[in-house]
Amino acid sequence: MIKIEKRNDVSPSIYFLTPILAIFLTLFGGGIIFYVLGFNPIEALKFFFITPISDLYGFSELLIKATPLCLIAIGLSFCFKSNNWNIGAEGQLIFGGIVGGGVALLFYGHDGFYVLPIIILSGAIGGMIFAMIPAILKTYFNTNEILVSLMLVYVAKLLLDYLVVGPWSNPEGFNFPETRQFSESARMPILFDGLRIHAGIFITLITVFLSWLILYKTYLGFQIKVSGLSLKTAKYAGYKGKTMIIIVFMISGACAGLAGVGEITGPIGQLHRNISPDYGFTAIIVAFLGRLNPVGIIFASLIVALTYLGAETAQIFLQVPKYTGQVFQGMILFFLLGSDYLLFFKIKFLGLKKNEL
Amino acid sequence: MYKNFLRYIISVLFLLGVSGQANADFKVGFVYVGPTGDHGWTYQHDEGRKAVEAAGIKTTYVESVPEGADAERVIRQLAQSGHDLIFTTSFGYMDPTNKVAKDFPNVKFEHATGYKREHSNVSTYSARFYEGRTLLGHMAGKMTKTNVIGYIASFPIPEVIRGINAMTLAAQKVNPDIKTKIVWVFTWYDPGKESEAAQALIDQGADVIMQHTDSTAPVQVAEKAGVWSFGQASDMQRFAPKSILTSIIDDWAPYYVERSIAARDGTWKQQDTWHGLKEGMVAMAPYNSAMGSDLVKEVEQLQKDLASGKTHSFTGPIYDQKGNILVAEGSVADDGMLAGMNVYVKGVEGDIPQ
Repeated sequence: MIKIEKRNDVSPSIYFLTPILAIFLTLFGGGIIFYVLGFNPIEALKFFFITPISDLYGFSELLIKATPLCLIAIGLSFCFKSNNWNIGAEGQLIFGGIVGGGVALLFYGHDGFYVLPIIILSGAIGGMIFAMIPAILKTYFNTNEILVSLMLVYVAKLLLDYLVVGPWSNPEGFNFPETRQFSESARMPILFDGLRIHAGIFITLITVFLSWLILYKTYLGFQIKVSGLSLKTAKYAGYKGKTMIIIVFMISGACAGLAGVGEITGPIGQLHRNISPDYGFTAIIVAFLGRLNPVGIIFASLIVALTYLGAETAQIFLQVPKYTGQVFQGMILFFLLGSDYLLFFKIKFLGLKKNEL
Repeated sequence: MYKNFLRYIISVLFLLGVSGQANADFKVGFVYVGPTGDHGWTYQHDEGRKAVEAAGIKTTYVESVPEGADAERVIRQLAQSGHDLIFTTSFGYMDPTNKVAKDFPNVKFEHATGYKREHSNVSTYSARFYEGRTLLGHMAGKMTKTNVIGYIASFPIPEVIRGINAMTLAAQKVNPDIKTKIVWVFTWYDPGKESEAAQALIDQGADVIMQHTDSTAPVQVAEKAGVWSFGQASDMQRFAPKSILTSIIDDWAPYYVERSIAARDGTWKQQDTWHGLKEGMVAMAPYNSAMGSDLVKEVEQLQKDLASGKTHSFTGPIYDQKGNILVAEGSVADDGMLAGMNVYVKGVEGDIPQ
C-alpha cells in the first residue's frame, strides 16, 4: 500500500533550490525531445539557450522580453501570496495599454518632458482600475475572482479591437487595425544606440525594489503573508480582509498596466491588436517559478524570456518547430509543481498488511 | 618575392572562397504570421518557400511570429544570420521590415501586402485577389436561389472591400436582384468566429457563402447546411467536397522563385508588384461540376478574359450605395483608386465599420 503524508518541516534552502532543479529537469527533458525529433540534443539546446544571448543585441532583446514578464509577475505575487487568484493580468495589461495609448494619442504632436510620465502613470492607473473590478466583486458580492478576472481579459481584448478598428484607427492608415505611431515625446528613451532596450527597465527595477520593501518591511506585507498562510488567523488577528484584497489587486493591476504601457511606448510605438503575446498568462508561470519572491521573479522572468528567444533561434538555425518554446515553458511548470509535491508530501510504501488480505 | 607570391596565393584563395561561399551560402528567409499548417494564408506562403527550395536555394522559415514587438527581432536575426533575401508575409510586419532594412543595406527585403518602401532594399508585393472575386461573383449570381450572398469579411481594409465590391458587381451583372450581406469577424483566422458568422449568414437566407478569412470552418458549415461555398487561399475542396464551387488560390511560388534567383544572381531591383490571374499569382482551383458544364464554360471564358485584360473587374458604370457615380461608363478603375478603395458599391448592404 502507498500512503501520502504531509511533511512537517520543509527546509527553506531546498524550497528555493527546487526551481533550479526544475530547470535542469526541463533541460534534460528538452534534450530527450530534441533527440526524438531527430536533432542533436546538445546542439539544439545550445541554439535554444546560448545562441540567443551570445551578443549584446541578444542580451538587450532578452531584457525587453523579460521586462513585462517580471513586472506582471511581481504584481501577481502580491495577489498569489494573499490567496487571491488574479488570472486576468493579460486584461489589465491590455487595459493599461489602452488608457496609456489613448493619452499618447491625445498628446499626438506635443513635445515636452511631461508627456511620457503622464502616459506611464495613466497606463498604471488604467490597469489598476481594471483590476479593481474583480476585487470589488469578490469582496462585496462574493464572486469568484478567477472567473471574473479571466473573463475581463476578453472584454479588454474586444475593447482594444474596437478602438483600433474604429475611433482610434490611423486616419492615413487605409483602415488597417492600428493607431498612428506615437510622437517621439511619447516613446520610452532608448538606452543604447542600435539596441532596443529602453528606460522601461528602470521602472521594472524600481518596482521590484518597492515590492520587496512592501512585502518584507511593512505591516501591509505582513498582513498579506499571514492571510496567505491562513485566512482564519488573519481574521482572528483583526486584519481588514476586504481592504487588503482590493489593495493587492490594485498593486497587481498597476504592475500589469505598467507592462502594457511599457510595450506600447517601448518597442511597439502604437496601439494595435497584438500588443501582448499573452504576457499576462505567461507571467503566472514566472511568478511561481520565482517562488513569489521579488529576486526569484527577476531570474524566472529572464529564464522564461529565454525560452521565447530560444524557440526563434532554434527554428532559424535548425528548423525546430516554434512551439517547442511553449513546450519548454510547460515543462518547467510541470517539473516545478512535481518537485513541489514531493517537497511538501512524502510517499510511504507500507507493504501489505495481513488483515487486508 | 616569395612573400609577395604567398600573399597573392592567399588573396586569390580567399577571394575564391568568398565568391564561392556567396553562392553556396545564399539563403532566403521567410517570416510567417501563422502556423504552416493553417491550410490558408501561411500554408500557401510555405508552399512558395518549398518551390524556392526545389529550385536549389536554401531557405529558412519562422512561423507564428506575432505582429507586435517580436517581429523586428525575428527579421533582424534572419538578416544577421546570413540570409540574403527575406520575405515578411503579413501586413503587420511593415514597419519592422523597413526598420531592419535600414540597418542591413546588403540584405533584400520583400514585404507582402504593405505600402511602405522606405529604403531601396525593400520591395512590396501583393496579388489581385479581386479578379478571383469577380469569378466568384459570377458563379454566386448564377447559383443563388434566395438572391442573398453571404460574405464573411475580416477587416475593413481596401483589399477586403475591393473583394466585396468586385464580387457584388460581377454577381449583379448576371443577376440584378442579388444582395450581398456581410459579417465582419475582425480576425484573419478564428475557426469559431468564422463558423458562427457562416451560420448567421445562412440563417439570414444566404445560400452562397464566401469568406475573406483563412480557416476552413465556413466551408464546413456550408457543407453541413447544404449551401454553396468558396474556398480561400488554398484549395479547400477536400474539406467540403459537395459545397465548394471553387477556391481562390494564392500562388506565391513563381514570384518567390523568380525573386530569389534574381537576388542570388544580383539582378534584384526594388519594385512594387501587384500580380493577378495573368501572372498566375491568383489561380482558381478546379470548378465543381455540380454547377453545370455551361456555367463552367462561361466562368472559364471569363477567367481567360480577365487574365488577358479583355475584361476588367471594375468596369464602369459603377455607383456607390447612394447612387453617386464612382467609375464612368466605358472606363475602368485605375490602380490608385483600387488601392485606396473604401466605399461599397450599390447592392451591398450595411455600412463599412469605421
